[in-house]
Amino acid sequence: MIQIKFFASLRESIGTSSLNLEYAGENTVADVAHELVERGENWRLLEERDVLCAVNQTLCGKDAKINDGDEIAFFPPVTGG
Amino acid sequence: MISVQRDDFDHCEQYQALKEEADGDGAVVTFTGLVRDFNVQGAVSGIHIEHYPGMTEKSLMRICSEARKRWQLGQIRVIHRVGTIGPQEQIVFVGVTSKHRKSAFEACEFIIDYLKTSAPLWKQEGTSEGMKWVASRSSDQEAMDRWANTTNLS
Repeated sequence: MIQIKFFASLRESIGTSSLNLEYAGENTVADVAHELVERGENWRLLEERDVLCAVNQTLCGKDAKINDGDEIAFFPPVTGG
Repeated sequence: MISVQRDDFDHCEQYQALKEEADGDGAVVTFTGLVRDFNVQGAVSGIHIEHYPGMTEKSLMRICSEARKRWQLGQIRVIHRVGTIGPQEQIVFVGVTSKHRKSAFEACEFIIDYLKTSAPLWKQEGTSEGMKWVASRSSDQEAMDRWANTTNLS
C-alpha cells in the first residue's frame, strides 16, 4: 500500500487530500502520477512541471524511486515565510 | 529549537532565550516576518497558512543543519505559524547566534530564503474576492539560488 497526499491549491483542484493505492510495482513518483491522471481532467495537474513532490516527507524529483509502504505527496510551489 | 504552531510568539522572549543560550557568542541576529496588509491585488484582510504536518518540521530541521554546515553557529530558533493570521501579525521568526556578526547575518538570511523555497507551507490571502492562493515568486527562488555555491563561508 502506498499513501498519497495532496496539498493547497492542488488538493482543492482534485478534490481530495489523501488516498491509498495498492502498490503495483511502480518504480518512480512519475509512474504513480501517470496512473493517477487517468482519474480525470483535474488530475492532469499532477504532471505539470511546477508541481513538487516528496517521498516519505523529503522533497525529491519525479524520478525518485518508490517502494511499498511509502508516503508520497504532491503539492504546488511553496509560499511560506 | 523549531516550532510550527498556531499561536503567536513573543519576539522579546525569543531574543532573551537566544541571548541566554548564546554561551560566549558575540552576535544575535533575528528576523521576524509580518503579514502585509496589501499585495499586488490590493488590500489583504489576513492570511491562512496550510502545511504538511511532519514534513514541515523535518524540512526546518534540515534547513538548520544545512546552515550549520556553512557557518559556525551557536543557537538557532525557527518558529513558523500556521492557520489563520491577521494583518500586521507575526508569521515567522528566525534567530541565530554566532561568534561574529557576519556569520549570524548570513545564516539568518540563508534560513529564511531556504524556508521560503523548500518548507511545505502554502499561503492564502483574504482579498475582496475571497481567499486566494498566493503564487510563488521567482524572486524567492533567485534569493535561494544565490546560496547555491556557498559552503564553509566562515
